Parts: sequence; C-alpha cells; structure tokens
Amino acid sequence: MIVLFYNRKTKNRLSTAWMYVAITLVILLPFMLGIGLYFKSSLLFVDNSLGDLLFSKVWKPSQGKFGFFPFIMGSLWVTVIAMLISAPICIFAALSITQYSKKFYLRIIHPVIDILAGIPSVVYGVWGILVVVPFISNVIAPVFGAKTMGYSILAGAIVLSVMIIPFILNILIEIFNTIPIELTEASLSVGATKWQTIKFVLVKKAVPGIMAAIGFGFARAFGETMAVLMVVGNMVQIPKNVFEAGYPLPALIANNYGEMLSIPHYDAALMFAAFILFVVVMFFNALMRMLIVRYDKY
Amino acid sequence: MDNTKIKVDNLNLYIGKQHILKDINIEIPENKLTVILGPSGCGKTTLLKCMNRLTDLYPDVKINGSIFIDNEDVLHTNTDVTEIRKKMGLLSQRPFPLPMNIYNNVAYGLKISGRRNKKALNSRVENYLKIVSLWDEVKDRLHEPASKLSIGQQQRLCLARGLAVDPEIILADEPTSALDPISSEAIEKKFVELKQQYTIVMVTHILRQARRIADHVIFMYMGEVIEQGPAKEIFENPKMERTKKYLQGAFN
Repeated sequence: MIVLFYNRKTKNRLSTAWMYVAITLVILLPFMLGIGLYFKSSLLFVDNSLGDLLFSKVWKPSQGKFGFFPFIMGSLWVTVIAMLISAPICIFAALSITQYSKKFYLRIIHPVIDILAGIPSVVYGVWGILVVVPFISNVIAPVFGAKTMGYSILAGAIVLSVMIIPFILNILIEIFNTIPIELTEASLSVGATKWQTIKFVLVKKAVPGIMAAIGFGFARAFGETMAVLMVVGNMVQIPKNVFEAGYPLPALIANNYGEMLSIPHYDAALMFAAFILFVVVMFFNALMRMLIVRYDKY
Repeated sequence: MDNTKIKVDNLNLYIGKQHILKDINIEIPENKLTVILGPSGCGKTTLLKCMNRLTDLYPDVKINGSIFIDNEDVLHTNTDVTEIRKKMGLLSQRPFPLPMNIYNNVAYGLKISGRRNKKALNSRVENYLKIVSLWDEVKDRLHEPASKLSIGQQQRLCLARGLAVDPEIILADEPTSALDPISSEAIEKKFVELKQQYTIVMVTHILRQARRIADHVIFMYMGEVIEQGPAKEIFENPKMERTKKYLQGAFN
C-alpha cells in the first residue's frame, strides 16, 4: 500500500488535484462573499425598496427607516477627494523619481515607501486627530471662511490620501521603470524637450498602468475604515462641502456592529452597507479593467 | 578630400570609474556612409549616443573632449541640445514606435516644434513615408497604432520619423539587427539612396554589411579607435594587426 501511495503518478495526480482545489477556492471566495452578504441583508428588502435604500436620506433605524444615501455620499466624497489629492502627487513623484533623480534616490525611496505602507491604519488615524484635524480647523477652514471643528470630509480625505500614496506610488514607479529608455531617446532625438517627451510619450505609454494604479488606490481607499472613522466626524448627513462631517460606509459598520443589534433589521442594514462596498469595489475593478484593455493599444 | 561633417576631438568617456571611450579622434565625411565597425561591447553605440548627447540621460556618465558638427561643439554646455538633436535622425537597434498612430509617429517631431498646419503636415508625412517606401503599405491605415506594423515596417517608420525633422545626419545603431533579411536589405538600400542628401553614421558588427555599403570605415576595439579611412583601404589593406585579425576572423 505504501509503495502505491508513493507512486509517482499518484503523487502527480494528487498535486494537480490540490492545485485545482486551490484555484477553485480563490475564484469562489468573492462570489461566496457576495452571495453571503446579499442573503444576510435580504431581510431589509421586505420593507424597503432598493431605490429607497440607496437614495433615501432618512436614517432612523428605530423606526425601520434605512436610507443609505448619506453614507454612500460620505464614502464617495472622502474617496474621490483622497484620489484627487493623491493621484497627481503620485504621478509627479513617480516621474521625478524615475526620470529626474539620481539612482541613489531610487534606492532610498523604496524603503521609505515600504515604511509608509507598513504603518498601521490606527496610527495614521491618531496623526489625523493630532495634526490634520487642528490644521483644518485653525488654518485651512478660516482661509475659505468656513467654521469647523476639523473633524470633516477633508480630514478623512487627507489622511486617506497619505495612506494610499505608497501603494499607488509603488505601482507607478514600477510602470515608468518598465518603459524602455529607447522610447525616450527616440523622442529626444527628433528635438523634443524632456518635458514634451514625458507629456506626449511616457505618460501616454503609461496610461493603462496609471489607470490600474488609480483603480487599485480607489478600491483600497473606498474600503479603508479605521483611520477615516477617527477623523471624519461620523455624523449622518449629506456633506455640503468638504469642511462638514460625513459618515462613510465602512465607519458605519465598524462603529455599530455588535452594539445596536437589538434594533430589528439593524444587522441586516450593516450587511447591506458591506454589500454596497463590495459591489462598488467589484464594479470599479471591472470598469478599470475595461478601460485598461481599451487604452492598451500602443 | 571630402568635407568633414563630424569631427571628434580627444573624446574620453567614463561610466563611474570605467573608462569606456579612450582618446577618440575621428573625422566623418559629409554625404558619405560611414560605418563604425567592431566587436560587441567596444563602445560603438556609446560613441554614437555621444554625438546627439543622449548620454545626458545617464547620470553616471562623464565625458570630456569635443564633438564638432559644422564647427559647433555638441558637448559644450551652452549648446542648444534640442537643436543639435534635430540635426540628427536616430535609428536604434530595435524599432521603438512612439505610443501613437502611424501618422503621428511621423508628424511628432514637426508638431512638437510648433508646426500645426494640417495641409503641410499631411504632405510631409506622405512625403517621408514615401521616401522610406512605406506609404503604399500604410496609406489606408494611417490612424492605426504604429505598434500594429511588422518589425520591418516599424523600423522604416522610425526612419521616416527621424527624417521628418529635416536632419543633416542619420545616426543608426545596428539598424538591421532585429530585422529579417528582406527588411534588412530594404534598409540598406535606403541608406545607399539617402547618402546623397545625408551624412550617415552606422554602427554595425556585421562585417558583410559594412563591406556592402560603407564608404568610410572606423574600426573600434575595446573603447579605442584602431583604424579609420576609406572603406576600400581598410578592407583591402588594413594597416593595423587588430583590424587584420578582425577581418580575417570574420572570413573563417
């Protein structure tokens, strides 16, 4: 029997089978997650229509009114502003590091990025409370004539942008480094300046990669919880400007799960919040993939 | 004697502590096809890249000496690099089409120097695509990505891109090394035609190619120029031992 078990062919079959199991698990996982979240939140649909859930502004769980619009808007505001801050910074930083800096800087930037990426989310949150929040309330808001405690969409977005910069920057550096130097040479040799070369050739060549990096950053930012909920104010309202407090979806789940579950359907509502996060991130990933295929023709 | 178009004077080039080019002194005649010949790694490509200062891209490179093109020192810090580079079309080992369509690949050099007149651009693009014998193959798909062309077509497109900015010199770095024999022949033929109007400097390690098309030969070995002169003299009557050996080695 033992001889049979150690037979080469049996081993081969076993290892192949195990690989199939592994890949099936990986593929099934997101689907199972999605389906699980859907069923867990399906109780909500008994009393509320999907349109009401997504677009109603009324959040009164004790009366059975679950309008997620404020949370969706909170998430979108924070994420989009974080992307608007971090994407240009990352693109210019990556260009500076790969096109202008000496090799020495490339060597030190990688450990620096790794350190930034490794800092726990809660530490960024504390930094946000100690530095960003007072800075907004004392410096930035007065410039725009706004009054705020500082706990705001803007604080969440700034903290978030700092958190995702290392991830986006890392990908972008990789992308610009893989563009062959001969392409730069070709552009320079017909009389282009360095800036023209970057603008018309390198960035254009990198467009699919830049979109992938931004998509990746968006997905991370949309789901980031701890650091954001510490500085964003957590008030159920639709923010009218960046100095108002907001309440993103992940913060809703983290703040309330396990505490308010005595209210009927509350757990289903939190699962629905998770489901929205899940769907948005999936949708965004798919959209980015489509765009990348579309623009990756050069 | 022919007019000298490019004159390299006491050129030394270091990468870090490595001495790559040693005391290079050469003269390249106008409207002739000059071949820089030598084994791989002898500094041929580096020498070529010095001429239009693409060496600026490599921060570790240190150069001293001068390269005169029409009595203007390319390496001088006050020289306008973009103007100098426009004088020289570059053809690299493998074709690197720019990430844009066929039309814009040729029009790129003109557009970035501010020429926007549609009609003039159109006729110039057509003209240069005809010069490199690519027009008939691409005239119906000028707006497709250049990357869809075959390698041989891409290389001719890159030649057209270089010619479109009216250079006086063509710098070619083993331009046929990635091409099949037929595409290679097309490029060689083009070069022989083009030398009426341009000064061509071509780097190659293919001896037979050099024999076929060179007017003037510069033989390099280990970062030094061993011998230079008219092709006939070098091939039939090499003076230096190294040159002889290289020429014989390739015969065997």
